[in-house]
Amino acid sequence: MAEVTVLAGSGDQMVAEAFRQANPDVLPVYPITPQTIIVEEFDKFVAEGRVHTEFVPVESEHSAMAAAIGASAAGARTVTATASQGLAYMWEQLYVAAGMRLPIVMANANRALSAPINIHGDHSDILGARDSGWIMYFAENAQEAYDDTLMAFRVAEHPDVMLPVATTLDGFITSHALERCELMDDETVAAFVGEYKPEHSLLDTDNPNSYGMFANLGNFYMETKLAQRKAMEKAMPVIKAVGEEWEAISGRPFDVVKTFGTEDAERVIVVMGSSTGNCRAVAKTLREVGEKVGVVSLRVFRPFPAEELAAALKNAKAIAVMDRAETVGGEGGPLWQEVSACLHAAGNTAPVRDYMYGLGGADVTLELINDIFSDLKTLEADKAAGTVPAVTYKGNR
Amino acid sequence: MSWDYSGNEKWTWDQIPLGAMTLDGGTATGHKTGDWRVQRPIWDTEKCKQCLICWMHCPDSSIKVAEQKMCGIDYEHCKGCGVCVVACPFGALSMISENDARELDEKEVQ
Amino acid sequence: MANIKQLSELPQRLSPGHSMCGGCGATIAVRQVLMGAGKTPVVCGAATGCLEVSTTTFPFTSWEGGFIHSTFESAAATMSGVEAAFRGLKRAGKIPADKKIKFVAFGGDGGTYDIGLQALSGALERGHDFLYVCYDNGAYMNTGIQRSGATPYSAWTTTSEVGNAVPGKRHFEKDLTSIVAAHHIPYAAQASISNWNDLVTKATKAMDIDGPTFLNVLAPCPRGWRVPFDQAVEIAKLGVATNYWPLYEVENDVWKLTENRRKLPIEDFLQPQGRFRHLFKPGNEHLIKEFQTNVDRHYAYIQARVEGSKVYQQKLEEAGLPLVSDDALAMQSGSKLPFQQ
Repeated sequence: MAEVTVLAGSGDQMVAEAFRQANPDVLPVYPITPQTIIVEEFDKFVAEGRVHTEFVPVESEHSAMAAAIGASAAGARTVTATASQGLAYMWEQLYVAAGMRLPIVMANANRALSAPINIHGDHSDILGARDSGWIMYFAENAQEAYDDTLMAFRVAEHPDVMLPVATTLDGFITSHALERCELMDDETVAAFVGEYKPEHSLLDTDNPNSYGMFANLGNFYMETKLAQRKAMEKAMPVIKAVGEEWEAISGRPFDVVKTFGTEDAERVIVVMGSSTGNCRAVAKTLREVGEKVGVVSLRVFRPFPAEELAAALKNAKAIAVMDRAETVGGEGGPLWQEVSACLHAAGNTAPVRDYMYGLGGADVTLELINDIFSDLKTLEADKAAGTVPAVTYKGNR
Repeated sequence: MSWDYSGNEKWTWDQIPLGAMTLDGGTATGHKTGDWRVQRPIWDTEKCKQCLICWMHCPDSSIKVAEQKMCGIDYEHCKGCGVCVVACPFGALSMISENDARELDEKEVQ
Repeated sequence: MANIKQLSELPQRLSPGHSMCGGCGATIAVRQVLMGAGKTPVVCGAATGCLEVSTTTFPFTSWEGGFIHSTFESAAATMSGVEAAFRGLKRAGKIPADKKIKFVAFGGDGGTYDIGLQALSGALERGHDFLYVCYDNGAYMNTGIQRSGATPYSAWTTTSEVGNAVPGKRHFEKDLTSIVAAHHIPYAAQASISNWNDLVTKATKAMDIDGPTFLNVLAPCPRGWRVPFDQAVEIAKLGVATNYWPLYEVENDVWKLTENRRKLPIEDFLQPQGRFRHLFKPGNEHLIKEFQTNVDRHYAYIQARVEGSKVYQQKLEEAGLPLVSDDALAMQSGSKLPFQQ
């Protein structure tokens, strides 16, 4: 019987607990704000002998992912965690992990990228890695960060998938703030996560494999990329099935796309991560006075839940996308690009406006969100009048 | 070697092992680098003292050895670099042109 | 160590059919190094480079045992992950506690002296049980002969061009083996493919040690050095004989020359190589002199380390200190130590 402990936990702490319960074989990691609590908490578990994990305190994030690649290829359940410059530093290794089809699980405490240096939350780091071939979860709060991390092992290690998974939580707002969290008992989690039984391993010296081959000739490269795309496609039903299973155990609903008020909403905000709650709170207030507004929040960004998103937005008359990562010089932010492409493919011609918000941890106030809902009232007319810029900054001076 | 990779030129994306790994070791023996050769080392068994220095220095693992003795040259893979000829202290290895060698081979066959 | 006949009976670790240039020194180095593993299974890794691309062109791998490559600068870090998995999985009871595997990572001089130095340093400091081998051919050969931190003074490469204004590489090479030795790892050594007995002895020693070990192997590239394709071993021999490449080992901080017989002038090493052709034009004698001075100075430095090691051992003895402490060894291998919190 599942036993739940209620505690005041930060997102980082909850991720560390999830790592402990999954009992990875190897954890190579390098400290970086705001991920550091994960490393610190986990190392306590190591020092106390509560996990069998080989903790590898590497000298850089680049080596963290390199060591994770080595460990995963050796058949070990492998986890790591990073943020910001750290994720940027391991960038080339992210592609290697995905291309080699290694089911590494990594938590990323989403944070701004330099310059100027800034340690606070935004999505510049993780969305910069959006094309690296990693499955990506976006947690709204510490509880989701915990749940996503546990589910990540099942998804990554599923034979139909075999892709690395990044579970992400917004820096400080989610990584550091204490929230009411539910921690499932170790036995229930162990049974849910299961044991990783790799089909191949570098350490199986009777059946040697070579990993990280040179695919320069014969088009093996292109075919390998297609195989990754196919695996991403197969990941979506696995993500949903695992989510349903965890929902049945935890009692917490899991949807790749979370919706609020979209059944009848005419004005809808699309958002990811920790700002979802604020958007929902504003929408709730507005709905109470009869305004038809709604919120759509993506819990999974890779594979992109296009079908679910199109369904959630099918009644919308005006859409705002809230982007927390710049694509300087681009037509819009990364989330806007994906949402627009998805709507276009679905034949949905509702006007869409892109908002840049919360960069470097800039405040995401209720007022800011209220403004966005308000803007949407005249979006169609404003667009026709040509007064809508490609990207609208909100919350800046 | 158990992994059959024949016909790989025509493999579709779903036939390639996960992440383009190989499912066995030493599969490169199927790559016949002997085609590269423009010169061929010839082994004189009379002069050979079985010191195995040629084997120790061959960059292509192409000096065949069995029971602690050299027993031939792997012409399927030998690239004809000549390192063995230079290394041999007894003049038991010499280079001839690959064209001449092939003509000799054909005569032998006839 | 086994003699050459016994070595010839060991399992083949690197199969033929790779695409390295004919006469390449790197594969000679790999073959000789891996003889040091005896019959124990070996898992190898490599940094991006000639060796890596040419031995792993899908579906052809020359590696008879397990092999892994991730990126250029991460051979040591990647192998440290493999070795960590070996420990972690043993602790978890998922692989037998008595299973033995030797872990060997290879990198060229570019992947070791330069871009991979940080990862190497980290892996050595963390005490992983693996052997790192630098096959040093003195330039980025895979990309077409660009200068590296290992390229000799005054050598021509495509990024240390020789012209009216510049006479080849303007800087002296980095002393990588000393840098590695400064990590105070159990074993570091310099070897050459021309001295197979010395090399295989060192590789055997390195792989028998529990902990991080290092070999810097002179492995000439005939194409980059501009020598005929049958000359890799011969030119390496001259590198050793002129003291360009002293053969020595550093075992628990004790330095020892392992070959100290011949001393030929540096011209004997430089003259056969096209990359030094410009040094032999009249008026450039001073460059050769400077080269010779640097070689002599470095050799004197190594000799001083050897002499100093004797003083070091004497001082340890006087103070009653062990060369290696048992606790440190146990800690390194991950054994549990008696400890009260």
